[in-house]
Amino acid sequence: MNEFAVEMRDVIKIFPTPEGGEVTAVNQVTLRIRHGEFFSMLGPSGCGKTTSLRMMAGFEWPTKGEIYIDGKAMGRTPPYLRTVNTVFQSYALFQHMSVFQNVAFGLEMEHVTKDNIKRRVGEALEMVKLSGMGRRKPKQLSGGQQQRVALARALIKRPAVLLLDEPLGSLDLKLRKEMQLELKALQKEVGITFVYVTHDQEEALTMSDRIAVMSQGKVLQVGTPVEIYERPNCRFVADFIGETNFLNGIVKKIERDLVTIELPALSQEITGVGQGSFTVGQEVSASIRPEKVRLADDKGGDLAKHEGSNNLLRGRVVTTAYVGSNTRIIVDIGHNMRMDIWEQNHVSTLDPEAYYTADDKVRISLPFENTLILPEG
Amino acid sequence: MVADATQIKRKFSLLRLFRESTVAQGMALISPTTIYLLLFMILPMILVAVLSFMARGTYGNVIYSFNFQNYTRLVDPIYLRILLYSMGVGLATMLFTVLIGYPLAYFIARSPVRQRSLYLFLILLPFWTNFIIRIYAWIMILRTEGLLNTFLLNLGLIKIPLDILYTPTAVLIGMVYEFLPFMVLPLYTSLEKIENAQLEAAADLGARPWRAFLRITLPLSIPGMIAGSILVFIPAMGMFVVPDLMGGAKTVLVGNVIRNQFLTSRDWPFGAAGSVFLLILTLVFTLYYTRKAGFGEELLV
Repeated sequence: MNEFAVEMRDVIKIFPTPEGGEVTAVNQVTLRIRHGEFFSMLGPSGCGKTTSLRMMAGFEWPTKGEIYIDGKAMGRTPPYLRTVNTVFQSYALFQHMSVFQNVAFGLEMEHVTKDNIKRRVGEALEMVKLSGMGRRKPKQLSGGQQQRVALARALIKRPAVLLLDEPLGSLDLKLRKEMQLELKALQKEVGITFVYVTHDQEEALTMSDRIAVMSQGKVLQVGTPVEIYERPNCRFVADFIGETNFLNGIVKKIERDLVTIELPALSQEITGVGQGSFTVGQEVSASIRPEKVRLADDKGGDLAKHEGSNNLLRGRVVTTAYVGSNTRIIVDIGHNMRMDIWEQNHVSTLDPEAYYTADDKVRISLPFENTLILPEG
Repeated sequence: MVADATQIKRKFSLLRLFRESTVAQGMALISPTTIYLLLFMILPMILVAVLSFMARGTYGNVIYSFNFQNYTRLVDPIYLRILLYSMGVGLATMLFTVLIGYPLAYFIARSPVRQRSLYLFLILLPFWTNFIIRIYAWIMILRTEGLLNTFLLNLGLIKIPLDILYTPTAVLIGMVYEFLPFMVLPLYTSLEKIENAQLEAAADLGARPWRAFLRITLPLSIPGMIAGSILVFIPAMGMFVVPDLMGGAKTVLVGNVIRNQFLTSRDWPFGAAGSVFLLILTLVFTLYYTRKAGFGEELLV
């Protein structure tokens, strides 16, 4: 068995446009997906994630480069000869067939005997909790149930890789959250490699072993959810995953992995962990997650001892919003530069003094390790 | 004063009733159609039905005496043979329009969206020319010194001109030509509705193109095929122009028999009986198939 379940090597996909032009949907993508992995491809619409998935399935062929499944180069192998199966965004259930016939379809194509089909369809329906629904038509099922039929129909083929194209996109929020956990559990149970395409960053973080963040046809970063969130390698990834504050500056000093930058607007320096290699004078962004900032009132007695390992900024509270588990505080740090800061409400109190209000003068402490210096772009 | 006020109020309430009642609005919208159909379809049909129970006078006039004679005459083996022959021609027309029309409809439905409207336009283009003129064009093509024979003779493919015109083959060619659009359009409608994802799913699950066609495309296009068959079979049964012009006087279909009763033999009651009989037959046929297919919106292209 090859080391990787799916491998994309320098894959380029160019589509002609109706106007006679060209669109590069996937631009020089190289990806290695391991066996048994729950791998997500995450990005905004048009980033090339669905095209990549469709190339793995065989619905599209790369313009350049090669896709390997289980170590075998796929070339122009048609979908019906590939050991992968797809769960479509629209489910694409066969409306003229019953649930049973839908799930049995893939086995019939393999000429499995009638008895075996019956047994295996029964098992598959049981796995997705649809036992007894075999005679219904897809139209008689709810969205969540149709989703399960689509899953059973693909999984019954025991594919080497299951490709899922935004399968939860058309479900409502509550059902989506339920299905996320169910899908994850199912994947662990069957042990099949899942390649999951989504534009929902929370969904990707919840389910994935690893995530590839894509934008404009390119893979920007591949990593575990923690790596992607805590150590994004560029401004786009930091911005797309979760929320963050950006402060623009120019590199002043580089000391091993610590990069000190000057914020020209504030004529102040801040230091953070550099992601990538930098040169002095380069324009960069500092990314600061709203929950990783410490806030203190103007006196700031206990912040003084942070000097040396923390960036200290002053500011004025613009507005606050109490949202239960935390309070969102917008702080103006000068020249209309605003920072979004989330304070955990870890003390239960009704005392208004315990909460910040507009126009409070505050001091902000940013630990160096919580400040990420990222290249532009 | 008081009376005036109530009258105004009533007038208003009538207007309001119309404004609020979607039924009343609907009735108003369909009334032109309803009146037209009543006058020019329902009423003539009632007249024909009544006429079919009357008798023919010596000079082709109608004698108003109620009897079933016309219907008993229809049971004559001659007419039964003509009826069976007509059904055969109708079915053959249906079969050939499916065989020719299916690939055509499939091709159009699978074309890029921009090209589809062009192709559909081309399908409908012949309707811009009068039907009789188009049939004469076919006669020009098929006759002994016609285009087809000249072409084949010049190529040296045949030595003697083919005798196609004034044969059942010519009738079939004319019928298939005339009714092809009525098969293609409903077929296109149902083929066009099949999502590409359905075929991708079939391929993904291991179906080669031919099996995907048999298991997905074909079953999903059956409603269109049934709608098309009805649209072709019924008028084909009653067609008399094509057999008259292209079949010589040799090919006689039900439509010819009925026409001859009205125009040549001047036996209106018997012609009427034939019409009623054909109407009932086609009605039964239609009901059977629409029930079977579920009443298809394909009929409403």
